[in-house]
Amino acid sequence: MANAKRWTPLFRNKRGLFFSRRIRGFSFPRNENEAKKMLFFSYFKELVGKQVTVELKNDLAITGKLHSVDQYLNIKLENTRVVDEEKYPHMMSVRNCFIRGSVVRYVQLPPDGVDIEILHDATRREARGG
Amino acid sequence: MSSSIGLESLVDQTISVITNDGRNIVGVLKGFDQATNIILDESHERVYSTKEGVQQLVLGLYIIRGDNISVVGELDEELDSNLNLSELRAHPLKPVIH
Repeated sequence: MANAKRWTPLFRNKRGLFFSRRIRGFSFPRNENEAKKMLFFSYFKELVGKQVTVELKNDLAITGKLHSVDQYLNIKLENTRVVDEEKYPHMMSVRNCFIRGSVVRYVQLPPDGVDIEILHDATRREARGG
Repeated sequence: MSSSIGLESLVDQTISVITNDGRNIVGVLKGFDQATNIILDESHERVYSTKEGVQQLVLGLYIIRGDNISVVGELDEELDSNLNLSELRAHPLKPVIH
């Protein structure tokens, strides 16, 4: 009984209530949408250290080395430069920045950052539902 | 929870925040949370225009809701002191359109 306390309910279906030991630093995707996002989260994690250009929904484009990504697809860039600094001098004294995932329009990748085969496989697997 | 890339490293540093409505607020980061809500101390807004140099409006202690934040940048003090804000002219940033 003392041991049971360490198990937390995970989900319930026709066959009953399922329990799982929580794994530190990991949680299962709770729904389909979250699972889909996990794919791109993993994908962006592979790109850490590469040079990318992030275009925002206010037309600002920022180039820099990808430092990290999180589950919201927030992005941290190092050694950043705004693409059109003449037009957008607003970030001239910023060299490291955090970009909120919700304002990202595009992420321009280095050519060697795209392995189409892997992405194809992963997206097809998800489209089939697992 | 997957690793969250918080703003821990920027606490007590001067940061430059660009909001969704295109404003640029500079201040000392005092706190933040998961939703990128931010507490800024000694903050001021930098108002860009094409007619005159950058105007600085004192705001003081500010809380900015995460929904309204686009970019949080670490302000490099040295680069910033080399800027001649009174001569800098630019269109204000466009608002974010989702």
